[in-house]
Order: sequence, then structure tokens, then C-alpha cells
Amino acid sequence: MSTTTKKIERHLKKRYAKEKRFRLYGIISLLISFSFLAVLLFTIFSKGLPAFQQTYIKLDVVLSESALGVNKDSSIDDLYSANYSKVIKNSLKEMFPGVKGRKKKIALKNLVSKSAAYDLRDKVIAQPSLIGTKQSYWFLAKDDVDVFMKGDIDRTLHESSRRIKDYQLAWIDKLLKEGRLEKRFNTVLFTAGDSREPEQAGMGGAIVGSLLTMLVTLLLSFPIGVATAAYLEEFAPQNNRWVDLIEVNINNLAAVPSIVFGLLGLAVYINIFGIPRSTPLLGGLVLTLMTLPTIIIASRAAIKSVPPSIKEAAIGLGASPVQVLFQHTLPLAMPGILTGTIIGMAQALGETAPLLMIGMVAFVSDIPSSIFDPSTVMPVQIYLWSDSPERAFTERTSAAIMILLGFLVLMNLIAIVLRKKFERKW
Amino acid sequence: MTEQKLDIEKRSEFDIEINGTVGKPFVDHPKMSSRNCDVFYGDKQAIFDVNLDIANNEIIAMIGPSGCGKSTYLRVLNRMNDTIPICRVMGEHTLDGENIYDKKQDPVLLRARVGMVFQKPNPFPKSIYDNVAYGARLHGLASNRSELDEVVESSLIKAGLFKEVKDDLNKPGTGLSGGQQQRLCIARAIAVDPEVILMDEPTSALDPIATALIEELMDELKENYTIAIVTHSMQQAARVSQRTAYFHMGKLVEVNETDKIFTNPEHQLTENYITGRFG
Repeated sequence: MSTTTKKIERHLKKRYAKEKRFRLYGIISLLISFSFLAVLLFTIFSKGLPAFQQTYIKLDVVLSESALGVNKDSSIDDLYSANYSKVIKNSLKEMFPGVKGRKKKIALKNLVSKSAAYDLRDKVIAQPSLIGTKQSYWFLAKDDVDVFMKGDIDRTLHESSRRIKDYQLAWIDKLLKEGRLEKRFNTVLFTAGDSREPEQAGMGGAIVGSLLTMLVTLLLSFPIGVATAAYLEEFAPQNNRWVDLIEVNINNLAAVPSIVFGLLGLAVYINIFGIPRSTPLLGGLVLTLMTLPTIIIASRAAIKSVPPSIKEAAIGLGASPVQVLFQHTLPLAMPGILTGTIIGMAQALGETAPLLMIGMVAFVSDIPSSIFDPSTVMPVQIYLWSDSPERAFTERTSAAIMILLGFLVLMNLIAIVLRKKFERKW
Repeated sequence: MTEQKLDIEKRSEFDIEINGTVGKPFVDHPKMSSRNCDVFYGDKQAIFDVNLDIANNEIIAMIGPSGCGKSTYLRVLNRMNDTIPICRVMGEHTLDGENIYDKKQDPVLLRARVGMVFQKPNPFPKSIYDNVAYGARLHGLASNRSELDEVVESSLIKAGLFKEVKDDLNKPGTGLSGGQQQRLCIARAIAVDPEVILMDEPTSALDPIATALIEELMDELKENYTIAIVTHSMQQAARVSQRTAYFHMGKLVEVNETDKIFTNPEHQLTENYITGRFG
């Protein structure tokens, strides 16, 4: 070996050591970020999983005509306003006789959720022949019972530092012994609208609101974004001052803080155009402006990457520029365009600030049925629940976060599937 | 001749002047013609005062060193330079006597009559059938599926590809070999039933056997079409063409019958090029 080679050999050791260290730093940083992710997911999941179960209490109700004040042949209006809470109170009194004192009586009533009366009402209206019979039903338990069942109220503490007093504990123990308390899958979380009572509160309104808002955003931003990108890439005159101005503005729009779009919505959409506030239509319009730059920039890159040889071949055969765009350029640019769209949509799904400004922070308890109904969106719902004082809302907030994350993962999966489907080899 | 040779030994080849085109650039009843053709890319002039006729049903080869403007000139003939914003084309160019750069002339219609085959085979990422049928569908040449089938089949037969692919018409066009892809592109161009086919170095990316197949094909095609081919290979020009045009630095130096150009060229530059002194 020559001396040069020996020099290289010695130097080689240093180079390899450097590379090893670099790899080590990379692995360490990966481990750190994964551990952060793991801690985040663990805290959310461990707090949120209990919320997917809900405590139900079984009551034997006597639907006597005297207690309700109606009979089988009464009108719907009468059935609607009959005294169902009395029936439930009677059922509880029967199970726990001898309860005296206003405070204890209220505590007894509060074993069961307020929704129980409405549940019973719906059952009776559906089947008026039930009046005069004795039935056993499972009703939603009140949130304090639920929290206790999930182990968040410490029995060993002194009575004065617990929400559930000793006499309530005695009742709950008796109910457990009789098999009248059980935990079931919490469908209310997905189907119901928002509510002040934690056991009745659900994401249903927020999920539908988010979906409707996303729909409006997609239907507006996708065509406008792709058309803009196609125009700027294919048809716009080069080195034109106005075109350059448009391009600079689009790139800047991507950097504008999102709350500014909320202000725009307030000032222009609500004040000047009079679009009803808190609606998915308005939310969609505001989010469209936010998503457009993302879609435009991604689409331009995708359109630029279509090989010019394909376009030349099409032009050489006599295709007009518009035909080249729709028959060749756009189909081949689809994977990139779709990726940009889904990224934009996923961003919009998690946006809270601009929607707060246009009123989607209101307490909306009905599930919206169209884009003109007031609604809220998932991130806002999470924010509202995190603000609520009841203990039961803690787990529900984490559960709502899990549902939102689930939607994001779903959207990314759709993006990957669509990309694979449209991928072409040339 | 001796005097000229003595002069050459003293001066560089590139000092030889080009005063107008030597030979026979014009024909009676040309299919396509150009007069006073100047082409500019921005401020840079690429083609200087070219006057050339292309006769009906002939194969004319355009040869010359790299960068001499032959591809640019070819693209003038079907207005492909329109797609380049900084390119300006001047002069009169006609197809069957009609000005092709007239404001009323539709470039889309022109390109249906004057087809083009490119240097690198560029089939669409679609099936073989859809590749050939694209032009026919685009211009509405077939009114139903069976007519379209006929067009596709006859184009593939004329391009000499049908036997090899007739069982695989739904396979992607990009899955064929280089030579097959180029024949597919020729079939695709023929399917529109053009009158003139422009070929820009069609075999430079292919192996000798594929090249030979395509040269054979060109010979058959000239019965029904007029072909203008740009080529780097002088042997190819000698094999396939009837007339040859020699370009040098954007100027048309000499146009003559192919035999004459390669055995007894009139201009010194032509002789230098074909004997390999440069290019």
C-alpha cells in the first residue's frame, strides 16, 4: 500500500466514527420524539377510555294512571306533559323506603339522570298501552354515580371531602348487590348533542357540524384551488405584473394567522352578506380561504411535475390547450393534488380560532340537520368541555380528543388509498 | 476545385460563406413550402431566411450539426413553436398553398393534418388501444366502437405493430420496448389520417434492429403520406430519403437529390459535413 492509501485508511476511521455519531444523534432524537408521542397518547387514552362506558341503573316503574295523570286514550299533548318524574321518584322510594329530609330526598332522586323522565315519556308515547302496567327499564345513571363506578371517588376519604355521602354509598352498594347497576357502551357520547349534564352530553352535534363544515369547505376550495393552480401554471401570461401580484398574495395567504380569517368572516360574511352566524355554511366559507393556499401550492407542484413530453404528444395530435389540461395534465397530477387537498382538509378539521370568532363557540344542543342550522365543530366542543366544572367531563374531553384524532387518521388513510389508486407509471 | 482546396488549407472551415441556398430547394406543386423563414427565441435568431419546398409523397431528410436549427424548422411546419412563448416565427409557410400562420387558421386543425413523431417515444400512460384511438376520439373520426376498432387496427397494421400486440391491446402502452413504443407513436399519429408526418430524430433512441424496422416502415408510408425527417445519421438520410436538406448554423446551405448530396455535393460546407470534418 502506498503512503497515500495509509493516510486515507487512518482518515477513514475518523470518518466512520463521525457517521456513527451522527446516526446515534438521529436515533436519540427519534426516541425522544417517540417517547413524547407515547406519553401524549398514553395520557389521552388512559383518561379517555373510561368515557366510552356509561353507568346504567335498572328501575322498576309502575306506570299508574293516578301518578301520571293520563290514561291510554289521552291525547298526544297530554301524554307529552304527563308527570313521568313522579313515576321515577315513586320507583326509587319503593326501593329505598324511609328516606326522610329534603336533602336526602333530592340525593335519592339524583341517583338517576334527568333524562330518565324524557326516556320514559318517549317510550309511553310510542306505546300508550304501557299505561297501567309495571315495567323494568335501564336508565342513565347520574354523573356522580358514574364517576364513582369508574373509581374516581375515593371511598376511604372522610365524608365531608367526598361528593358522594355515606348514605348514598349505602344505596349504591345495595343497587350493586341487586345487580341494578351496570356499565354499558356509551352510545350517548356519539349520538347526543351537547348538554350541561355530563351523562347526557355527546359529540353527535359536533361530529355532524364538523362533517357539514368540511363538506362546504371541500366543495368550495377544491374546484377553486385546482382551477387557480391550472390557470397559473398553464394559461397565465409569464412575467406579467398582475399575475406575479396574484402569486405573491397566494403565498402570503398561507402564512396569515388563522384568527384573521375569523375577523374577516365577522366583518364581511356576517356584517355585509348577512350569512347566519354559527352555521356550517359560514364556517365552511371562512375555512375555504384558509385551505385555498395549501391546495393551490400543492396542485401547482403536481401540475408542474407532469412530463412535458406527454403534453407535447397531445398537442402534436391536435388537442387544444384545455383538452390537454383535462385529458392529460389533471389526471396525471391527481395524486399530488389529492394529497394537498387532504392535508388542507385535515388542517381545517382541527381549526378552532377562526370559528370561535364567527360564533361556533355557542352552546348548541341540537344536532344540525343542514348547513343553515347553528352548530359547533369538534375542536370547539373539546374546548367547551375542558372548561366545564363537572368531574365527569374530564374523561369526556379526552374521549372527544380521541375521536378527533380518529377522524384525522381516517382522513390520512383515505389520502393514502386515493394516492395509490391514481398513481401512474410513466 | 484545386484553388478552392488551397484556400481551405489556409482558412478554417467555418469561414466558408453561405450566400443563399445551393441546389434545388424548390419543386413544382409542393405539399408544403416556406419562404423567408426567420425564427427568433427572444432576441436570439435561430433560423435565417430559409426557403424550402417539400414535395408531395416524398421523404425529405434534414441533416446538419447539433444546434443548426433543423428541429426548430421542423416544428415551424406544424406550429409547435406556438407553445413556446418567447419564440417568434416569421415568413410565409403554406400547406397545399394555404398560409398556415394565417390568423384565421386553427392550429388544432393544422396539427390534425400535419402529424409529428418525437425523438423520445412518448406514449400516453394508457392502454395501447387508447393510445392509438386518442386522436380519432379527439377529432370525432369514428362514430361507434366498431369503427374505432377498425381505425386502431389499420393504424397498428400500417405501423407494423399489429401482429406483436393484437392480443394485448389493453396492456399499457408504456410497457412496450423502445422500438415498439416508437411504432406505437407512429400508429397514433397515423390514426388521425394526416397528410404530412414530421419526424424529429425518430430512431436516435433506438437500437439498430428497431431502427431498421422503422426505416422500412417509412418507405411503405411514403406511398400515402409526405414525410419530413430530421436525422443525425447521414446513413439513415441516405437510406430513406429522396431529397436531403443540409442546415448549418440556422441557414439552409444546400438542398438536392439525396444521391447527389452524398456523392457530389455542390457546397463546400456540405462536403465538409458529410465527410466528417465536423458535426
